[in-house]
Amino acid sequence: MRTSIKNFSYLFLPLSVLALLIIINLIKGADYFSITMVNGALYGNIPNIFFGAAELVILSIGMTLVTAASRGQDISIGESATITSAIFVLFVLQAGEVTLFTILVGFLFSCIAGLALGAFNGVLVSVFKVQPMVASLILFTGGRSIAFMIDGKLSPILANDISNKIGTVIPGVPIQTPIILTVLFIVFFAVLLKTTNLKLYVETVGINPNAARLNGINPKKIIFLTFLIMGFCTAVAGFIAVNKAGRHDSVNLLKLIMMDAILAVAIGGNSLGGGKFSITGSIIGAYTIEMLNRTLLRLEIEPAMIKVFKAIFIIILMVIASPVVRLKIRKVVDKVRSGKTAVNQSKGSTPLSTANIARKKEE
Amino acid sequence: MKKILGILLVLVILGSGVLFAAGQQESGLIKVGIVNLPPEESGYRQANVEDMNTVFSTANGYDAKQTNTMDNSEQIAAAKGYIRDGVDYLLISAANASGWDDTLKSAKDAGIKVILFDRAIDTAESNYQAALLSDMAYEGAKAVEWVLGLGLDPINLILIRGQMGSAAEIGRSGAVLDAAKAGKLNIVADGTGGDSWSLEEARKVVEAAIAAGKDFNVIYAENDGMAQGAVQALEAAGITHGKDGKVKVIGFDFNRFALRNVQSGYWDADMQCNPRQAAEISKWIKSGNIPSGIIYQEELLLTTDTITDALIDQWGINADPGKGVITR
Amino acid sequence: MLSETILEMKDISKSFPGVKALDSVDFKLRKGEIHALMGENGAGKSTLIKVITGVYEKDAGIITLQGEPIHFKAPEDAQKKGIGTVYQEIMLCPNLTVAENMFIGRSHSSFVNWKQMNEKAVQLLESLSIPASPVQELSSCSIAVQQMIAIARAVDMDCKILILDEPTSSLDEDEVQKLFVLMRELKERGVGIIFITHFLEQVYEISDRITVLRNGKLVGEYETSALSQFNLISKMLGNELEDITKIKKHEPVVSDTTVPVFESKDLSSSAGVRPFNFNIQKGEVNGFAGLLGSGRSESVRAIFAADKVTGGEVRIKGKQVKIKTPLHAIKHGIGYLPEDRKDDGIIDDLSVRDNIILTLQVMKGFFKPFSMKQAEAFADEYIEKLNIKTPNSNTPIKSLSGGNQQKVILARWLLTHPEYLILDEPTRGIDVGTKVEIQKLVLKLASEGMSLTFISSEIEEMLRTCSRLIVMKDREIIAELKGTELTENDVMNVIAQGGKTTCAHR
Repeated sequence: MRTSIKNFSYLFLPLSVLALLIIINLIKGADYFSITMVNGALYGNIPNIFFGAAELVILSIGMTLVTAASRGQDISIGESATITSAIFVLFVLQAGEVTLFTILVGFLFSCIAGLALGAFNGVLVSVFKVQPMVASLILFTGGRSIAFMIDGKLSPILANDISNKIGTVIPGVPIQTPIILTVLFIVFFAVLLKTTNLKLYVETVGINPNAARLNGINPKKIIFLTFLIMGFCTAVAGFIAVNKAGRHDSVNLLKLIMMDAILAVAIGGNSLGGGKFSITGSIIGAYTIEMLNRTLLRLEIEPAMIKVFKAIFIIILMVIASPVVRLKIRKVVDKVRSGKTAVNQSKGSTPLSTANIARKKEE
Repeated sequence: MKKILGILLVLVILGSGVLFAAGQQESGLIKVGIVNLPPEESGYRQANVEDMNTVFSTANGYDAKQTNTMDNSEQIAAAKGYIRDGVDYLLISAANASGWDDTLKSAKDAGIKVILFDRAIDTAESNYQAALLSDMAYEGAKAVEWVLGLGLDPINLILIRGQMGSAAEIGRSGAVLDAAKAGKLNIVADGTGGDSWSLEEARKVVEAAIAAGKDFNVIYAENDGMAQGAVQALEAAGITHGKDGKVKVIGFDFNRFALRNVQSGYWDADMQCNPRQAAEISKWIKSGNIPSGIIYQEELLLTTDTITDALIDQWGINADPGKGVITR
Repeated sequence: MLSETILEMKDISKSFPGVKALDSVDFKLRKGEIHALMGENGAGKSTLIKVITGVYEKDAGIITLQGEPIHFKAPEDAQKKGIGTVYQEIMLCPNLTVAENMFIGRSHSSFVNWKQMNEKAVQLLESLSIPASPVQELSSCSIAVQQMIAIARAVDMDCKILILDEPTSSLDEDEVQKLFVLMRELKERGVGIIFITHFLEQVYEISDRITVLRNGKLVGEYETSALSQFNLISKMLGNELEDITKIKKHEPVVSDTTVPVFESKDLSSSAGVRPFNFNIQKGEVNGFAGLLGSGRSESVRAIFAADKVTGGEVRIKGKQVKIKTPLHAIKHGIGYLPEDRKDDGIIDDLSVRDNIILTLQVMKGFFKPFSMKQAEAFADEYIEKLNIKTPNSNTPIKSLSGGNQQKVILARWLLTHPEYLILDEPTRGIDVGTKVEIQKLVLKLASEGMSLTFISSEIEEMLRTCSRLIVMKDREIIAELKGTELTENDVMNVIAQGGKTTCAHR
């Protein structure tokens, strides 16, 4: 019970931002939440947000883990996804006839490529102790050229029925496929976190690598592992993005998405300096960014000003999220709460403070 | 230490360049230095660089060297290197329109003819021989002319701009804004695909317009990728488009996938932005008859009615999905 | 001697959510006196200091500095009024030079005259006999030297009041004496010094007056000469005093034929400890004695493979095993509570629960996480067993007091049920009450059959608990003392004479 309250306060920032955006949108039109059926699929603002944010959500999850363990960010995720998807496209187009099997095998190859790219960054960071941003700068700089070469210096077209279904909707299924894939991915991670000690290990390494080592955790392995996971995330995100687009544009595919992914991690209440993390927060952060982009469009801000407005909004957000303001807010909350505790105590309910616990023990 | 290494590296590169140049001196080929942006910049540039490579080849009688970089100062350094090498012609597509005056003058002093392609430079016309450019305002005007000729009344148009402030965006948007000012059409939504001319952003612009209940019948997207994103939004919302549809769609750039979409009636039109200046420039050089000043390329607008396989093959850029294949 | 009051605090109160940290406390500091502020952890010493230095704002009460009421809003205000503070945790920048650390941020000019600054630093360092060069990086100095540099920085501020919050906890005896020389010098100049420490002998050696706090309340102010050590402790602890006297040593039954639980031969590590032989029997408590830097920590780190093991062999219950990483050691039933709680022990942002289950969880494996219920049960069990004072198991460990943090680390290891547990300075920097609890726990665990190595800078603590002491000097074992040799004098002699006379014992 108390845990859930704690977690909620952790998510207070992203949820309140989300709520604010919803209010703005509701003012613009009461039908904001309305969902209709179009050609057998759900259509509306909400499905659009889930559809649009698919890649960002997936990459934010990986970015959260990398940030937590390595205390830095991978800035090459867009480029990695471009390379993995180039490999996917290369395989599928070479296969001649496109079947579900070739798509799956192509995806498998792109995953292997993603893991290899993750391993490349991971080795630089964990073994050679290169700062994550510097390490990933290599792929960030050269990644698109590599993808361009894989593409055979063209933008190959992926116009086939199965890709189209993956990028849009499968007849008979009312939800767009990228949304389903995102949900599957989130479920996969939920299971991963539930069935392994990934969270405990990553947090421990991120907070105190020395202590982690003395308690039997190998920080190098854990940091490497987070980059591998990041590589897998880029493969999945690249897969979704290229199927959505129906062709492989090595120049623009998921360009600069690491900015939004890092921002999602920050909005999610995670420290960019590593340590404790909340993947739920990052996911909400990613959807918040998607919603923010759409809200700015909905407000019909002129194109030249749209970046300015986004920047202003993010500055406000970051100030609210800053430790200084948070501390102030906590002080206020604590004051209110301590007043309440005093009342509770007189009623004889569970006290919170150390002093009270000590007193209880004495009794 | 790093600085010294850097200097050494530069010296080695310069040295090898000089050696290379010296070795080629007596081959009788026309020496051309090409300063361009890298193919990673855009699909347009991919085709452009590829075209430069094929036309200015040894087989065609050229000894050409290329430097492709986004960095203006690197471009200038490369141009100066070519001037030192004593090329006959210097072809430049500048990353930045300013900062070139000295370089261009020293080329002129060395008797090297400078031909700008694709991108203009802010300098006196006397500083270069010729510039072969795409006229973005012309492209915009031609596209808007097509929109106005559709016979729609009223014309409710969604404008999806490219990177704000880029030459292409200014030219292509200008025509639409002028027409709107003149009362010839209504802009019901005005958005941008951002710095990467993003498909996803374009899709969001149209989705926002649909969510706001806007009634529209034309989508004017300033490149093919954004047109694709816009049509994805229409498809998802169940709004018809293309030849027999409600919303008329026009894109820019002549990507072959876009032309196939037009051919199939999935879109309605595409406006060319020709990256193949090389053949024209080569013709000038070979004939020895080089015009002076700015020359605009002739560019096409193709619609479902005028498009043919031959045109797609000749003028399209990038991969061809094949006849009848729609890239959704 | 007519003593003039510099600082007077009256009826100071300060509350934190749910805790009254200070409750109408009075405090008076006179010119040219060394005033010891005593009390257990949580008694309110730190809070009082932080109120004086402007880190916290008081809720109620009056502070007067030389007769003038003051109200500090920020630490800078206190510094401007001549109140200098040196904390237990060194608050300097490790990547700057010694001289930079001493002077930077102190002048109001934006320009620094490096030459002049370095010269000034040399003078000050020499006058205090601090073995450091002004141009060396601070991080290359030992902790003790860093502490002295922090004091030098505070001293140079022409202060009227100097607050020393546990300055001696990481200094060896020699360095402490140097510090005392310095403190007396400052006292002569009329500086009022507030001195906080857990070392009672130091209080008696240097202080003029003692103020005792307990549970945020003032117990009283006393002339040091008029308060016996026993009375001081009883005032600090209240009724917990009798516990200390109850500590009884447990002597394991050891015969020559018993196979040791752990045995090392020619073990050496990258930290530079000389190859050494060591063993421990079931149910035995032994200890490593020696001065700071003698290699006692390095030795136990080598046993646990906390540093890279470079040679030697290791036997567990007579069977030769490979221990190359801490994980190997843990899997062979060895536990290690590190000397540096903050850097090597606690995972500060994580909850008490996660900190407790961490090592057991690692032993169990990456793919077998405990359920939340199980983890909470473990945590609650040890919170109860070790009497860890925390609101609940979900509280971040960083918000606990030092003593309670140490208990959490202890709980972490006890939960793994090690056969051999190494405790390196478990009692450093924590309050007397917890120190006693830990010593009692060590003996209890030994009586239950666990083998323990217990290291402490306070030799009495080891004499009280260990049945065998391994004495180290210059990274080498110089003697082993047991039985009747286990007196403070013997240990001191051995260290002083470098083990020459005691070679026979081996």
